[in-house]
Amino acid sequence: MSSRSAAFWLGVRALLPMHLGVMPFGVIYGIVALQSGIPPLAAVLMSSIVFAGSAQFLLAQLVGAGAPALLMIGAAGLVNLRHALYSASVAPTLVSLPWRWKLLLAYLLTDEAYAAAIPHLLAAPRSPYAHWILFGAGFALWSGWQIATLAGVVLGAQLPDNLSLDFALPLTFIAIVVPLLTDRRRLAIALVAGVLAVLLAGLPYKLGLFCAALAALLLAAILPGKTAP
Amino acid sequence: MNLWPTLLVAGLLTFAIRLSFIALEGRYQPAPWFVALLPFVPVAALTALVTPDLLLVAGELRFGIDNPRLWAGLMAIAVAAWRKSILLTIGSGFAVLWLIQWLR
Repeated sequence: MSSRSAAFWLGVRALLPMHLGVMPFGVIYGIVALQSGIPPLAAVLMSSIVFAGSAQFLLAQLVGAGAPALLMIGAAGLVNLRHALYSASVAPTLVSLPWRWKLLLAYLLTDEAYAAAIPHLLAAPRSPYAHWILFGAGFALWSGWQIATLAGVVLGAQLPDNLSLDFALPLTFIAIVVPLLTDRRRLAIALVAGVLAVLLAGLPYKLGLFCAALAALLLAAILPGKTAP
Repeated sequence: MNLWPTLLVAGLLTFAIRLSFIALEGRYQPAPWFVALLPFVPVAALTALVTPDLLLVAGELRFGIDNPRLWAGLMAIAVAAWRKSILLTIGSGFAVLWLIQWLR
């Protein structure tokens, strides 16, 4: 990473393919939020106040179902629990940054931004501009998400469903994860996390995902062999 | 019901979760085993994120041609292992997905 702007654009570019999946997701969120009876202004601002796709969908559904406020808050917290893993993962890279950076990057720490930035952070953990990669990815996702939800709320137009564009997200995550599977330990972790996530998919609030990742990590701790990264 | 307080607290809670370890870093001494696990977070978390999308259709395991996302995903995994290209991976995945959807 030669400069801030190079790092920033590296992050932006790493995230761009995900917009293919994020955009329809955001548009549909906007439509669902309105259908649930959320006022347009709240539906749009939720994308910057909460800024978490699955949690926003869940909140919209719960508002529509007339759920109590405490349940909605708890549900949003549980759905986003997995972000604590990302927080732990990027924390060492951000440790010496000023607080304004930590707050900003924590706000932008989503599945997508984390996934887009992490291969580059792993490749250059000591780069003085590493946080700019995360910022570029986070900023690119944030902008796209705002535009998409605004389009869903304002236009209310249904996107063509038969193209399955939402599948761009899992495909991008595959493109990111597979090159990280460089040894048998990582393969085993991926296998366990993947199988458990499928088995636990019935748990509410995406808890299956969180539990599967956690269980696979704990398995990594007890696996024989070096734990060198 | 006034929605705004709920949204604000849900947003603050989400932010607090994302900030948690970032804020704590340097202020506590994490256990060595905990630090040793961190390099594996991307593989564990992102794999758990993807596999249900590939294997489950409406909450049920499907391995046949009635689950085109599985075959598209397997193609994408093969391509990603062969070439570390994100665009090629996405492109090949969509090619298989759309082909199966078109054939069915």
